[in-house]
Amino acid sequence: MTASPVPKTPVSPPPKAVKRHHWIVRLTHWLTFVLLLGMIASGLQIYTAYARFGEQGGPYYRPNPFQEHGFPRWSKLGGWLAGALNWHFTLMWPFIAAGAVYLSYLVVTGEWRSLLFRPRDIRGAIEMQKYYLRIRKDHPPQGKHNPLQKFAYTFIILLGVLSVVTGFAIYKPTQFSWLTALFGGFQAARYWHFWAVWIFTGFLIVHVILVFVVDPASLRAMITGWYRGRFPSHD
Amino acid sequence: MALGVAGGLSSIVAACGWDGGNAVRPLLLDVSRLNDWVGEKILFSRNRLAPQYDVALRTPRLPSYFISPMMPVLQDPKAWRLQVAGLVRQPLTLSIEDLQAMPRTMYTVKHHCVEGWSAIATWHGVPVSAIADRCGMLPQARYVRFDSFDSGYSNGWDMASAMHPQTILAYAMNDNLLAPSHGAPLRLYSPTKLGYKMTKYLVSVTFTAERPGGYWEDQGYPWFAGV
Repeated sequence: MTASPVPKTPVSPPPKAVKRHHWIVRLTHWLTFVLLLGMIASGLQIYTAYARFGEQGGPYYRPNPFQEHGFPRWSKLGGWLAGALNWHFTLMWPFIAAGAVYLSYLVVTGEWRSLLFRPRDIRGAIEMQKYYLRIRKDHPPQGKHNPLQKFAYTFIILLGVLSVVTGFAIYKPTQFSWLTALFGGFQAARYWHFWAVWIFTGFLIVHVILVFVVDPASLRAMITGWYRGRFPSHD
Repeated sequence: MALGVAGGLSSIVAACGWDGGNAVRPLLLDVSRLNDWVGEKILFSRNRLAPQYDVALRTPRLPSYFISPMMPVLQDPKAWRLQVAGLVRQPLTLSIEDLQAMPRTMYTVKHHCVEGWSAIATWHGVPVSAIADRCGMLPQARYVRFDSFDSGYSNGWDMASAMHPQTILAYAMNDNLLAPSHGAPLRLYSPTKLGYKMTKYLVSVTFTAERPGGYWEDQGYPWFAGV
């Protein structure tokens, strides 16, 4: 009689591939990434011409770690003010268009429901945060996006809109004087616009880190559209 | 991978020349012309006035820009005249006193420099529209060219912006006659465009059918430059 083989530790089968991102989402995601880099780089070149926020002579808006400082050459696009303006006012068109296409997609398909952070998500956000702080051991069930992600992605869309709106407040302070006044005037609107840059940059860094650390499968999903990872949707 | 994409693009852009180089710059300039059109035809309004401010909010010091190696100063200010010519029924030669006797506009507005700074000042002068009336501007005129004695600095304006009620030939700033540091004896002023469009150290105003270039515009800065 042969001894029965020692049962091996069961290996879970690889997760089933799930269609996650429509091609419109993927296209606008990557386009926005590239265009945003261009907008920021040309913006930094524009900033160089008047490296402070506030009327001539002050008082200046703070904090501004870049008061009187320029940015390194590799971070700037345009070569000089005229070149930077031309890049900025060219890239803004596809940047706004991509954003509009994405927002339209969310509304038309109803996908906004899996993305928009709403008051009912506060409880879930707290639970997710407990999980990340290791207060809670098990991962709360989630939909396509967990509540913290919903918060981040809702916020970043609003930030995108804010960066465009403050941009127009700076671009046309006489024709849109009511808009510029809404932000506290030309220099204040300029300061708001810059804060959007810092927050975008911070988001970009955290977003990329989290993708690689938490769920690398989501990167592939954002390229091919198919998700084969650890966090299937319970939507 | 994202870093790779960004790095790759940065290298491409760097290789093109940061201002776009010969391959991309023409496209950027074409879009600039499109933005000019949007600014002129869609966003600009002949009736919309720029907000005005209390004189207490005036900026204490305004920078002084000129392209000559030294500040342009007239050797013989009394001999200075403004030439009004081009597509007009009656070319004019006007002294400062002639201009001061014409209809006068005064306002305290915010100045916007393309560099990103802004400043509040009061300007006194004669509307360009009054000049156009006085010389009998012809209907074929579509543009106005402003020339200076600051190393030939000049530029051109679209007619609608030139005829805006707040577009003036200014001979006084704040509480004084215009100083050499700000374009004496006469400069163009309007809160509807960026500072570089407002030629200082004026010598002539010419009405044309062809679109004039400009010192900064020819180098790539926006031509319409409306705010």
